[in-house]
Amino acid sequence: MTTVATDYEVVIGLEVHAQLLTRSKMFCGCSAEYSAAPPNTHVCPVCLGMPGVLPVINRRAVELTIMTALALDCEIPEQSKFDRKNYHYPDLMKGYQVSQYDLPLSRDGWLTIETEEGERRVGVTRVHLEEDTARLTHVDGPDGSFSLVDVNRSGVPLMEIVSEPDMRSPEEARLYLVKLRQVLRYAGVSLANMEEGNFRCDANVSLRPRGSSSLGVKVEVKNMNSFRSVQRALEYEVERQTRLLDGGEAVVQETRGWVESEGKTVSQRSKEYAHDYRYFPEPDLPPMQVNRELVSRLRAALPELPDEKRRRFEEAYGLTRYEAELLVESRARADYHEAAVAASGLRGDARLQRAKQVANWMLGDMARLQNAQNVDIEAVRIQPEQLGQLVAMVEGGQITGRSAKAVFERMWREGRSPHEIVAEEGLAQISGVDELRGIVERVIAASDRAVADYRAGKTEAVQFLVGQVMKQTKGRANPGTVRDLLLEILQNG
Amino acid sequence: MALTRDEVLHIAALARLGLSDDEVARLQGQLSAILDYFERLKSVDTEGLAPTSHSVPLVNVLREDEPHPSLSCEAVLGNAPRHEDGFIKVRKVLE
Ligand SMILES: [Zn+2]
Repeated sequence: MTTVATDYEVVIGLEVHAQLLTRSKMFCGCSAEYSAAPPNTHVCPVCLGMPGVLPVINRRAVELTIMTALALDCEIPEQSKFDRKNYHYPDLMKGYQVSQYDLPLSRDGWLTIETEEGERRVGVTRVHLEEDTARLTHVDGPDGSFSLVDVNRSGVPLMEIVSEPDMRSPEEARLYLVKLRQVLRYAGVSLANMEEGNFRCDANVSLRPRGSSSLGVKVEVKNMNSFRSVQRALEYEVERQTRLLDGGEAVVQETRGWVESEGKTVSQRSKEYAHDYRYFPEPDLPPMQVNRELVSRLRAALPELPDEKRRRFEEAYGLTRYEAELLVESRARADYHEAAVAASGLRGDARLQRAKQVANWMLGDMARLQNAQNVDIEAVRIQPEQLGQLVAMVEGGQITGRSAKAVFERMWREGRSPHEIVAEEGLAQISGVDELRGIVERVIAASDRAVADYRAGKTEAVQFLVGQVMKQTKGRANPGTVRDLLLEILQNG
Repeated sequence: MALTRDEVLHIAALARLGLSDDEVARLQGQLSAILDYFERLKSVDTEGLAPTSHSVPLVNVLREDEPHPSLSCEAVLGNAPRHEDGFIKVRKVLE
């Protein structure tokens, strides 16, 4: 008798914490810019957790959270409040974190991801607002192990976005995170940079036999500091749980930390008792009534979001879905493309043609150089209208496609206009028959073999001769003109 | 409503307090008395009243997002028993 390994379905839910782009902290006026500041210089009695202080809610933080929620198609209830989440750890100055428990600012939204099987909606359970903790650095010295506390980060506005357990693979989890980051950046609510720690992710992972609708025992995975480590950690965890279940063992409900250097998750077993946060309403912060007029105003303030923009790029510019998706990856990239196309002032088919060519350059040579030299679109020296000019020069036959590549590279390095470079380098295309005739004749005179081949009926020999002329002219000759001329001379000769 | 010894120890552990046996016994009585008081509150008729989380009639008390000066680093570290290079220094706790 053979045993058949059970086919498991992977169930993943993600909790993302993103710092909001406010100038001041969540409940006090200290500057929220902590990363570059010397330790403990953006600190006041409120964020230090001194007794008797009065925290006050940052209006902008509330607005940015609602904007995020709207971008994720969440509902915005009229009533919301803050609660205290009680626990003790050296990064928590007050002994509690101000967060939201039963009346979050929003709930029940979704985010669409593009999987191999097509579009899928991942449910968003809630988006709520809380405060960040102080930053700890652990040091081991001869006199023992210590933590160094920097309170600058304490009280920085932090938004938590909780997903439904709707993702079915580590890859889908990665796609969700990439899309969420894109939406947060589009909405301008967060820098959403995982490596810098202003976008953090914890995952809940469980397995269940395929077809089952009950949830398996879930494991919480923490300490993932990049998109890559999220995917690796989840893949590791799926494999670990599969092995346990296949071996007849049970998965233990626990928190596991990802250890990047070892490529594995390890149990964080030091918690002897389950967390008991004893939430209760924050008495120092009166509740919030989110009026509908504010919600409409914030909805109107949202920019065009990635999915909308992608659809518009497909329709307005006749691009493929794939091209459009790449171009709208960031607002800046999409804006670059639109500026390059708009600068032409073209309409109709000519505009579509221009849009396609600009996209080809951006997704081809420009993307290649950007990746190789790690340059963001914002830092590219070629201005959008200059790229448009280059495309126009190729379309108008002023330079050949081959020269254009060389011109592009110089534009990339020097940030100068293509006209300037073409004039300086003498790269203007040679289309004049008179100019080309002499060169073509010299090439024919020097290529007995190819000419003989041609006369013997091998028409492909013409291609060789065109190549020779291009070589002589450093790629500046108009290939069509050269070909016509060659045929004319060979047939008459 | 009498709290058990274990419940008192659990609460003490959450607050990171080490209690002597005498203190556990004393707190068992005191905490139970507080809970009894809440039991008395429960006898009030709240039929038809919406739950309230706050006792003051305030709503939407918000401030504008404008940074203000913070304390000096010296003042921040003034209450810290130990500090080093501008950081507050505490015994390492691993969660
Ligand atoms: Zn402060």
